[in-house]
Amino acid sequence: MATQLEPHLHADEDAFRSEVQQFLAAHFPAELKGKANALAGVDGPTDETPAQTKWRKAVGERGWGTPTWPKEYGGGGLTKAQAKIVEQEFAKVGAYNPIGGMGVMMFGPTLLEYGSEEQKRQHIPPICRGEIRWCQGYSEPNAGSDLANLQTFAEDKGDHYIVNGQKTWTSGGQWADKCFAIVRTDKSDKHRGISFMLIDMDAPGVEVRPITMISGTSPFCETFFDNVKVPKENLVGEEGQGWTIGKRLLQHERTNISGGGGLASMMGRSLGEIAKKYGETDAAGELADKVLRDRIADFEIRWNSFLLTARRAVEESKAQGGVSEISSVLKKLGTKLSQERSELMIEIRGLQGLGWEGEEFTDGELEAVRGWLFGKATTIYGGSTEIQNNIIAKRVLGMLDHQ
Amino acid sequence: MAVLNEEQEMLRDMARDWATNESPVTEFRKVRSAGEPQAYSADAYAKMAEMGWAGIVIPEAYGGSDFGFMSAGLVVEELGKTLTASPLVATTIAASAIILGGSDEQKAKWLPRLASGETVATLAVDEGAHHDPSAIETNVLAGKLTGKKAFVHEAHGADLFVVAATDGLYLVEKGDGVALTTRKLTDQRSHADVVFDNASAEKLDDGSDSLLEDVVARAQVLTAAEMLGMAQAVFDTTLDYLKQRVQFNQVLSTFQALQHRMADLFADLAQMRSAVDAGLQAVDGGYGVARAAVVAKAEANRVLHVISNQGIQLHGGIGMTDEYDVGFYLKRARVLEASWGSSSYLRGRFAKLSSY
Repeated sequence: MATQLEPHLHADEDAFRSEVQQFLAAHFPAELKGKANALAGVDGPTDETPAQTKWRKAVGERGWGTPTWPKEYGGGGLTKAQAKIVEQEFAKVGAYNPIGGMGVMMFGPTLLEYGSEEQKRQHIPPICRGEIRWCQGYSEPNAGSDLANLQTFAEDKGDHYIVNGQKTWTSGGQWADKCFAIVRTDKSDKHRGISFMLIDMDAPGVEVRPITMISGTSPFCETFFDNVKVPKENLVGEEGQGWTIGKRLLQHERTNISGGGGLASMMGRSLGEIAKKYGETDAAGELADKVLRDRIADFEIRWNSFLLTARRAVEESKAQGGVSEISSVLKKLGTKLSQERSELMIEIRGLQGLGWEGEEFTDGELEAVRGWLFGKATTIYGGSTEIQNNIIAKRVLGMLDHQ
Repeated sequence: MAVLNEEQEMLRDMARDWATNESPVTEFRKVRSAGEPQAYSADAYAKMAEMGWAGIVIPEAYGGSDFGFMSAGLVVEELGKTLTASPLVATTIAASAIILGGSDEQKAKWLPRLASGETVATLAVDEGAHHDPSAIETNVLAGKLTGKKAFVHEAHGADLFVVAATDGLYLVEKGDGVALTTRKLTDQRSHADVVFDNASAEKLDDGSDSLLEDVVARAQVLTAAEMLGMAQAVFDTTLDYLKQRVQFNQVLSTFQALQHRMADLFADLAQMRSAVDAGLQAVDGGYGVARAAVVAKAEANRVLHVISNQGIQLHGGIGMTDEYDVGFYLKRARVLEASWGSSSYLRGRFAKLSSY
């Protein structure tokens, strides 16, 4: 029976594939070929070239930037197989997905799970069209790893809340239109006193101050709320459900930080190839520095098995539906290995690999330095490595305080 | 764990049941006490063959099931969990050499016997204490093979040797011109130096130029699967122990220092499993085998090394006793780590395969 069905399936897939190809021919501006999505990250301003705008609008219109999200909310409504086709065809012509950012990676999936019908209709379509940038209001000066210790308070005023407090490490806060935040609605219960709400960043009383990091960039901000009015319809889920919803969102964040998404691109250039450019090779064409060669291979083998683990997690999560606690393992491994890669890269390049600025350095060299420094944050944010270890030990391994 | 098909799940469950119920570590203790150089129970291996496990990678036309290496790996992993002593891994590796390089005649002669368990076979490559396929001196003149192979796995039970010579792989039957010297290693399994003195040899002539490399890759992957089972077993046992043992009026599993160490090992084990799965799948898919096998064995070496050491440390004093099983895993671990490529060998090989 399977053999009878297959030709039809293939015919459908072929038809869809040519639809995607036609779309790309009609809408993808040639000048953007091979470029990355400048707006996907959190560390860039919002200025777009006309070509970028055109491309974003074209993809947003189809919902193909969020291919598997429901069509009724502006997503592509595609099957996983179709989404794969979109990805493949985009890659073939060097087209990036112009729809990205925290709305896509973290907030959207969470709202689709916990939001009311009205909230989904209001907030998901602009994410799918890439029109709204979201930021995350989680950490506070005294609530880092102990996130549930947050003190920002939302006082119930009948049809609205009045929010007072301070958030920190607000990624992309200076460029964001809206903030998904966890705030305290009840001071008597640490975890059940937390609620998840949506705050307009241009509401009166919201002030954002960028923080300069050791990398010289300012992707994070301090965000102050001074008597900010938040309408009740911006509460997601029930009052007191914020810790549950907030943690769910963090699972999406971890999966993204670890690179559970676009794995192929993460393999990057072989460090060995780069080392051959910067160092001596022997008659056999091997790196002359055998100790360095050994260390690069040691790293690349572990990097390889990490990528395989991420791929395995994706395959297995298909069966289980959505992200899981394995995200803690991926986050812990991926961030550590990325840091290790950056350190090795510097060692390979020597002082040429530590440039801060100047034309004597290539763009690649300079970016690697900033990346190395900024990368130190990855084992701290999204739940530090130590917090991930707690999660793995307690939730996965059952090493509870009370047996 | 890779996403398995129904056949594979059944096979794994069957192997798990058998290993748990019929071949727990107490069976290995019996083999050890018996002190036979062969170091496995012939009855147990006969049962394994009866269940079809010796023919998992062998084509159906030659009496096997042709389920492939992923399936063989699942069984080997389960047997590794209980340290089941058997020539299954050695025979499967040797069978793969015949499948890849044998003539129709050689396949017809040997594969059905290997699949039925009637014949035990093993691969003999290395001539020293370190894996080094580039340092082979064994040679063949007019169909007679001469050379010395070191630390050959399962040599005592083997009826057939697949021997690496300077110009390729050869089949040599035990008998005239084949002499064994037992090399008793810490794992108490069968190892021997094998001297071939003008032994009759038949070349495996139908394989590719990289036949030896292809067969060693299969040895690496299948050995890594056994190591995966061992690592999983030590991890599980250690975790159970930490949940039972009380000190300072607290179960050990409540101490954060130990929680974080176990979280590290858990992540390591996840990487090991991914690498081993990918190695097995690469063999079945026939794509990128050499590299995937190196990654599988290198990760198996790294992770089993750490877990076998931590298994002892976290068990404390009782982990040091012969009465407790965890030490057996440590001893077998090092033997397998040194077989078919130590960690440093594998890193060099990975670099070479990556052109640096």
